[in-house]
Amino acid sequence: MSDINSPKARLIAKGIRKQYDDRVILGGVDLEVYPGQIVALIGSSGSGKSTLLRCINLIERIDDGQMWLEGEDIAKPGIDEDAVRQQIGLVFQSFNLFSHLSILENITLALRHVQGKTSEEAKEIALGWLKRIGLGDKADSYPDKLSGGQQQRTAIVRAVALNPKLLLLDEVTSALDPELVGEVLELIKDLKQSGTTIVMATHELSFARDVADWVIFLDKGVIAEEGEAKEFFANPKNPRTREFLTRLKQG
Amino acid sequence: MTKMSTSIEEYQPSEAELVRRAFRNQRKRQSTLVAFSSTVIVAVLVFWGLVSTPGWDRVSETFFNWDVAVAASPRIIDGLFLNLRVLAMTAVSVLFFGLLLALLRTLRNPVFFPLRIFSKGYVDFFRGLPLIIVLYLVGFGIPGLRLEFLGRIPVEILGTIALTLTYSAYVAEVFRAGIESVHPSQRLAARSLGLSYSKSMRLVVLPQAIRRVAPPLMNDFVALQKDVGLISVLGAIDAVRGAQIEVAKFANFTPYVLSGLLFVLLAIPTIRFTDHIAQKLSKREQSGSAL
Repeated sequence: MSDINSPKARLIAKGIRKQYDDRVILGGVDLEVYPGQIVALIGSSGSGKSTLLRCINLIERIDDGQMWLEGEDIAKPGIDEDAVRQQIGLVFQSFNLFSHLSILENITLALRHVQGKTSEEAKEIALGWLKRIGLGDKADSYPDKLSGGQQQRTAIVRAVALNPKLLLLDEVTSALDPELVGEVLELIKDLKQSGTTIVMATHELSFARDVADWVIFLDKGVIAEEGEAKEFFANPKNPRTREFLTRLKQG
Repeated sequence: MTKMSTSIEEYQPSEAELVRRAFRNQRKRQSTLVAFSSTVIVAVLVFWGLVSTPGWDRVSETFFNWDVAVAASPRIIDGLFLNLRVLAMTAVSVLFFGLLLALLRTLRNPVFFPLRIFSKGYVDFFRGLPLIIVLYLVGFGIPGLRLEFLGRIPVEILGTIALTLTYSAYVAEVFRAGIESVHPSQRLAARSLGLSYSKSMRLVVLPQAIRRVAPPLMNDFVALQKDVGLISVLGAIDAVRGAQIEVAKFANFTPYVLSGLLFVLLAIPTIRFTDHIAQKLSKREQSGSAL
């Protein structure tokens, strides 16, 4: 059991519970994330992966449990939720780029209106990121003119440009054509190398095995098994885990 | 075996495609011809039917008298400028108050509960109340209060107030529908970036909502364009009232027809513009053009 106030952990979540009426989505989930780590959440649809990410971002209210971001209690009553969200990025399966804004404006919006940067500063940061992902020439295009992979990479960059303490990725490749998945995974790998701390819900098992540090298998709202990535996939202990892994490999 | 190519220049349509195109072209010529001849036939029949009615000579004399139209036109056109002034003032204030009412209804903080209820009640009330009654109540009620410091309020201001009261209620509903039509995921994305509720409303939801409701807003503008003629019931000498005076003078109804035509002429550019915008918006999301 680790110390809650350990300065080392970026995020600690304890006993996170979420239910709708009499349906339990999360039945008390513990999670620890350390700086620079990628934690992969796997599990079938409806296992609670997305809900857990939304709870951490305070977009869903938790029904029980506690959470600390760098030792700060982010689940205490009266917490400034906007201020917490400014430090935690969340990227969605469906990209959710702002359709009335250009790619560049999508990225500069929060830089300007949340972080208070001037439009020149924001533009410089955004262009830097767009060049890094090879979309420098698309800066003035609108989201509907981009491929799914390009849109999703823009959405990730929109979150990362704010320099969040924690980046949450909610099945960011699930809505993409198979041939577009690779470019998005490349970007995530790239972000890990530059030290971004990430929690990602994913169905890309081989990516989780190769790039994640820690893997958590959620089953019906509870952690069925977790472990260091290589070990987790090489030696799954829980029969449910084994069943899930075989089913996904066959599918 | 068909030769595969993505080049535009080298492409030669196949025999089957050429047959299809020829068939479609022939069909098109046929329908143009049918449309043209049926239009001519209907027009001739209507005209002949009208002219051959027993009272046609008298009607054409009292409703379509060119000399009367010319004599009446200065006063009617003068009046039309009054209508246009009222239209401009009303349109601006309706946009402002309509948006304000719509925004009040989206507020969720309990502090704003009375404002939310007020907005809902206001919209219910003024959508139900006939415009002409609002005009009477405002036009004769406000001066009746004898607010000496305001001096004598010009009739066009009173008319603007009455029209604004009613139209704001309709436009508020249009704006509200627009705000609700923006997918929640857009707001979610904005909030997850740390934007506050009001900033995500102002920077993300409203710009998309307003774009989407442009056609119905323009439609309300067209309706307003003719309803400004109702301020004549307050005694303002606008195009309708001006026509009424001329009708009394000449004992001839032509001035009414003239002022009506002027209102239609005024509305047509707006109507065409609305169609144009609506078409542009729907083109963006259209597929299955054959249906």
